[in-house]
Amino acid sequence: MSIWEYANPKKFMQTSAWALPWAVGLTTLCLTVGLIWGFFFTPDDYKQGSTVKIIYLHVPSAMMAINAWAMMLVTSLIWIVRRHHVSALAAKAAAPVGLTFTMIALVTGALWGQPMWGTWWAWDPRLTSFLILTLFYLGYIALWQAVEDKDTAADLTSILCLVGSVFALLSRYAVNFWNQGLHQGASLSLDKEENVSDVFWLPLLVCIAGFILLFLTLVLMRTRTEIRARRLAALLARERLA
Amino acid sequence: MPDLGKYAFAVLGSYAASVLLILVLIAVSFWQRSRVKRALAEVEARQEKADG
Repeated sequence: MSIWEYANPKKFMQTSAWALPWAVGLTTLCLTVGLIWGFFFTPDDYKQGSTVKIIYLHVPSAMMAINAWAMMLVTSLIWIVRRHHVSALAAKAAAPVGLTFTMIALVTGALWGQPMWGTWWAWDPRLTSFLILTLFYLGYIALWQAVEDKDTAADLTSILCLVGSVFALLSRYAVNFWNQGLHQGASLSLDKEENVSDVFWLPLLVCIAGFILLFLTLVLMRTRTEIRARRLAALLARERLA
Repeated sequence: MPDLGKYAFAVLGSYAASVLLILVLIAVSFWQRSRVKRALAEVEARQEKADG
């Protein structure tokens, strides 16, 4: 069986109808366990006090803000190369989810930054690249709305997605490129020395799994809506011609 | 409820804002889903009737 079978809208609808209830259940489980564990059952940090509890929202949402754009990049490339409508619609469906994660990362970052850095905002490389990524998300969503022909919209948004990928990459690696920023380096690392302590790390992993699953669930659901909307538009066009 | 001390606003504000944003996204996604599903069912029924 080839992966391209899922590019068939009918096959995608069948498979996603089966997968969605599982995705909803696992998302609810991971987010509930991760957030309750992190909020109620982890100690304060010796430096940051209770603000360390923000890590369970800030890190997963920031990760998913970038990864959502990466997923949009892959599906946009599939649209450009193979012209599969489902992939273009999946990219469209993912954009509002990615935007929401970006906004959560920015808001929680500001609320965390104020007591720790003494400022809500700084023109730090990572913060600035994240703000630009937010603008790219808004532009991407607006472009889909602005262009009437959906295939042309898919072409144009795919190009915008390719350009925006530079900022998605910058958001991820900005702290490594420039050292003058306020923002710390990665909280999670394969190097155990650089990692946060286990007491924070384990609930954080559960929260990250929850955010990944939330993203998958919402993208599946929203892609199904986009496929239905595309069919609706086709049927209405047929009615007008009849 | 853990004692959040002087950082209560930052911590509770972060959780409240995040939950609110996620709930709005979920609500909008469900609203769009039911609106499109209903419209599609109406058009399909109409066309089935017309096609006999």
